[in-house]
Amino acid sequence: MLIPTFIGVTLVAFFFIRLLPGDPILLLAGERGISAERYAELQHSFGFDKPVIIQYLNYLMGLFHGEFGMSMVTRRPVWDEFFSLFPATLELSFVAIIIAVLVGIPAGVIAAVKRGSFFDHSVMTGALIGYSMPIFWWALLAIIVFSGWLQWTPVSGRISVMYFFEPVTGFMLIDSLLSDQSGAFGSTISHLILPSIVLATIPMAVIARQTRSAMLEVLGEDYVRTAQAKGLSKLRIVGMHALRNALIPVVTTIGLQVGVLMAGAILTETIFSWPGIGKWMVDSISRRDYQVVQGGLLMIAMLVMVVNLVVDLLYGLINPRIRHR
Amino acid sequence: MTDNTIETVSRQSTKAVLKEFWFYFSVNRGAVIGLFVFLTLVLIAFFAPYIAPHDANMQYREAFLLPPAWVDGGNSSFLLGTDAVGRDILSRLIMGSRLSLFVGVIVVVIALTGGIVLGLIAGYYGGKVDTTIMRIMDIILAFPSLLLALVLVAVLGPGLVNAMISIAIVLQPHFVRLTRAAVMAEREREYVVAARVAGAGPLRLMFLTILPNCTAPLIVQATLSFSNAILDAAALGFLGMGAQPPTPEWGTMLAEAREFILRAWWVVTFPGVSILITVLAINLIGDGLRDALDPKLKRS
Repeated sequence: MLIPTFIGVTLVAFFFIRLLPGDPILLLAGERGISAERYAELQHSFGFDKPVIIQYLNYLMGLFHGEFGMSMVTRRPVWDEFFSLFPATLELSFVAIIIAVLVGIPAGVIAAVKRGSFFDHSVMTGALIGYSMPIFWWALLAIIVFSGWLQWTPVSGRISVMYFFEPVTGFMLIDSLLSDQSGAFGSTISHLILPSIVLATIPMAVIARQTRSAMLEVLGEDYVRTAQAKGLSKLRIVGMHALRNALIPVVTTIGLQVGVLMAGAILTETIFSWPGIGKWMVDSISRRDYQVVQGGLLMIAMLVMVVNLVVDLLYGLINPRIRHR
Repeated sequence: MTDNTIETVSRQSTKAVLKEFWFYFSVNRGAVIGLFVFLTLVLIAFFAPYIAPHDANMQYREAFLLPPAWVDGGNSSFLLGTDAVGRDILSRLIMGSRLSLFVGVIVVVIALTGGIVLGLIAGYYGGKVDTTIMRIMDIILAFPSLLLALVLVAVLGPGLVNAMISIAIVLQPHFVRLTRAAVMAEREREYVVAARVAGAGPLRLMFLTILPNCTAPLIVQATLSFSNAILDAAALGFLGMGAQPPTPEWGTMLAEAREFILRAWWVVTFPGVSILITVLAINLIGDGLRDALDPKLKRS
């Protein structure tokens, strides 16, 4: 299943990028222009002078050696750039999904248990608004309110320029703690909080809705009634019996949010100048950095595919009905 | 005579179906509110040139970044204020409603048509045809939708039309999957077999016999895609890859307003509110449709 899709993805990455308008070499040369010899030389060094099929096969062979191309602007391998920026995106997405789960699941559970109450209506309204939110606007609003009016958080970046330390893990939250500089960790948190809340908005809404409907379904099951008849406390019924089964579809939903997070990261990172792969992709598209878009597109697609596979496996692990098939 | 009777009966049954549908739809109060808001938006879009108080692209040189009328320094002729080059924001929003609804309709029509045709073919014929189509859809789904749309627009060149095509391509696999699943469930039912035995050709079987029985999930998905299309088009506009300035598209307006966010909150706030209200209304309708069309939820 995965391999044909993988080959298809490489084909898409390869051919779509070839179709981009603009000659990359002329673009690289800029306004000064370029001599014919140098042009031919560069064409040769990038392999643009060979037939397209050969270029694709070379590309595919390169992939298996971990060669995802070279940025035409920075002259660094795409692979290196990806992994130097990826921790920033991972940190942001990870914190966002934690927020989404920590808020979304309890909100969904309580809404289901107190079905029809004021709380239920508020959560469902909030979830629908969150789900309909244009997050790029939501990010701008957050900046106006929290950075402009209240001056609580900085507008952009990952940490204040006052602090500098060599990246150890690439994750600012860990690196700032390791650096022993007082205030660095606080600065990291204050930079992280707005973008992660913005990025968490849609997954939070989806998780809350999904949890509520899964919970409602489970609460109507016979075994819940049995537990009630046995006189178990409501907390025990909901927490021990119902939640476990309700969470099975929710886990899939959380996994499927990875694609949503990647799309959201493109917008969130652009607005908050967050140096991650979302911003990197947008910048590369506008700079027409062929190789970066190609490599980045492929690596992001592979990432999403792998996560979806893991979710499928995880689903079998937590759902005994599927496990024994 | 007989034909007339059949026609009358079928018209009555259509009426009954619609009546039943409205009964379940109107139970959901949010959906009715959403429908009302949406119809208002459609009216605004339709009569936009007559409603808008100013020309959307007219730059008033004496009125740069004027705040809304109710704020100190506001001017009652510019109800929601003006932007950085002195254009009336309200008029631009009203004209922008046309674009957003237009984008939604076109994208859904393209994605729905393509999705239904491919899904019917895949589900009806099965085998290699099915595998090929579904594999291509899997490939599209492997990319985060906004990223793929962004790359497609980069290939085709920035602009609203190309943005619509890209979004339609990205949204289409959902329709293919839904149609295929429904067709596979219906394909071996008695009424389909009966029609086939009676000599109906594959086209007739696909489009006239099977398709009408698969419409419920497609309608719900179309509603969701409608709001997604509006959101994605605005996002592309915001990233500079959708409608180009000076088009009064809501996302593009937000992009132009970005540098003024800390000085003039209104240039950022109102386009976003417009997007949110539109998308929210459509999603409310979508929820209502899902509840009304899902037979499992009808507990009568």
